[in-house]
Amino acid sequence: MEYKEIVEEAGRTLTLNKLRTGLAMLGIIIGIGSVIALVSLGQSSQAAVSSQIESLGANLLTISPGSQRGGFIQGGAGSATTLTLEDAQAIATSPTVTDVANVSPEYSRRAQVTAGGKNTNTSVTGVMPIYSSIHKVGIAEGQFLSEGDDARQSKVAVLGPAVVTDLFGTTDPIGQSVRIQGQSFRVIGITVSKGGTGFGNADEVIYVPLSTAQKVLFGAISLTSIAVQAKSSDVMTAAEDEIGYVLLDRHKISSPANADFSIFSQNDILSTASSVTGTFTALLSGIAAISLIVGGIGIMNIMLVTVTERTREIGLRKALGAKKRDIITQFLAESIILTFVGGILGMLVGILLSFVISKVISLPFTIALGSIVLAMGVSGAIGIIFGWYPAKKASDLQPIEALRYE
Amino acid sequence: MTPIILVSHVSKIYDTGEVETVALDDVSFGIGKGEFVAIMGPSGSGKSTLMHILGALDTPTSGKYVLDGANVENLNDDQLAEIRNKKIGFVFQAFNLLPRTSALKNVMIPMMYDAVPKNERIPLAEKYLKMVGLGDRMDHTSSQLSGGQQQRVAIARALILNPAIILADEPTGNIASSQAEEIMEIFQKLNEEGHTILMITHEPDIAEHAKRIIHLRDGKIVEDGNGHKQRVVRI
Repeated sequence: MEYKEIVEEAGRTLTLNKLRTGLAMLGIIIGIGSVIALVSLGQSSQAAVSSQIESLGANLLTISPGSQRGGFIQGGAGSATTLTLEDAQAIATSPTVTDVANVSPEYSRRAQVTAGGKNTNTSVTGVMPIYSSIHKVGIAEGQFLSEGDDARQSKVAVLGPAVVTDLFGTTDPIGQSVRIQGQSFRVIGITVSKGGTGFGNADEVIYVPLSTAQKVLFGAISLTSIAVQAKSSDVMTAAEDEIGYVLLDRHKISSPANADFSIFSQNDILSTASSVTGTFTALLSGIAAISLIVGGIGIMNIMLVTVTERTREIGLRKALGAKKRDIITQFLAESIILTFVGGILGMLVGILLSFVISKVISLPFTIALGSIVLAMGVSGAIGIIFGWYPAKKASDLQPIEALRYE
Repeated sequence: MTPIILVSHVSKIYDTGEVETVALDDVSFGIGKGEFVAIMGPSGSGKSTLMHILGALDTPTSGKYVLDGANVENLNDDQLAEIRNKKIGFVFQAFNLLPRTSALKNVMIPMMYDAVPKNERIPLAEKYLKMVGLGDRMDHTSSQLSGGQQQRVAIARALILNPAIILADEPTGNIASSQAEEIMEIFQKLNEEGHTILMITHEPDIAEHAKRIIHLRDGKIVEDGNGHKQRVVRI
């Protein structure tokens, strides 16, 4: 028997019972579809997280206050108020710190913000003018905060695009006022969107002068973080060490193990984030792979029923000259067509699904070619693996017994 | 007379572990080219077992069976399949057509397992369907055909590869008696054209269409002749 003929014959048999064929395929469609959708979504969220972290600035080190030590009680990380503007100035001016280009002291807190009857809860960040160049904050309209604004503790604000949308809709906010914690601020600029998503959205922020945030708004003397830009990516570790010693010295801490601050490099954050999304992707893909195996067992089940049901046909074919190989290929062809067509449909479903989901949660839509190739290969392999036993069973039937079967 | 079938001292013993059943007991006979033979016998006489061995669906426990010059008694499954495909045309009591499949496709099945060039298959199948008088029903599936018509499709299928012998197992058993006569006329016509036919039946009036009748009882040939006198052939 020629292969073309075998495929035609198998296809013809499958169309005879469309409902059963459809149901048998459904398992594979769901399996392949979910594998492709989940792998694609995992990869695009990983890419999104990476680009978001990279958009925060290049060669960046972030110093956060560590846990506060008081006797035997250790507070949670970030609870300490030990990081001060003086620390930032020391890092910038200390002769031992040679690998640092810029230092940006920052004070950030969430606050209730209102404008013209609308209100929102957003992150209010007190920054120095250097912030915009370190964190690559672009200005879409108006201007960023100046040295003078900081010196005068001016009540001026630069809004992220998401805040503009929340508070002003489509009207131009420049020159308008917003109320932060009940105090009126004049809007002097709008930043360029960074395209962030979800919690910690870089677009959902209001920048005010650092001195204003500390003294006028929140009455704080500490900083929530200091961002430091190293001179190049090669000296990140050196810069980290230099900063560490300056701060340990200033805070009078002898052992680095007891440090009341921590320094993260962007690479640390990046690798942590991608290992988290990677684990998540692997977990979801594993679940999807299980559904693929269940789909394969469904195919085997249907094929076994088919073999029993068509015992007489098998006997007849053998009586008319079909060899073992002919019967095996016929039934194997049927299960491979089932899984392969199911695989193609599943691929379309998977692409559609990841397209819809990526639109809904506004992720970039990417389809990994590798996952498609893998899914098609796997579906073909499932056809062979789970179709083999029923096909073998069919080919081993004795023609007399099979013809006699009622 | 060229022998198409040569059976010598063939026995078939079914061993179920506890009981040994002798289905065929030292059976010998020959069938020449162009003969029309009926095998008769009550149920349990071994005629189905004989049919299976002659049809290369089963192998004898002992003895020799030569079909159209080929030794059949110790071939493997695939070799038997090839013998069945090329040398034997089966006509079964239950027709055994594929359901939901057109008459034309049914007739073409044996050609799928043989090297008939593709472009010759449909014309050949059409030729034989016309020969059995179904030229106008080639697209009908078996559920759209009467019993007699289904059996005629089966006869066309048996003839398609021009076999050395046609083996018919109770060919009229599932057919209304009015149509049974038509089937037997087709067999007689085929025999006149030179086809060798071996038919199993338990109905005497059907067996009468054959030129030679072999009677089996308890696995042994008890009578072999034109239906009137015993003529046991010893080989």
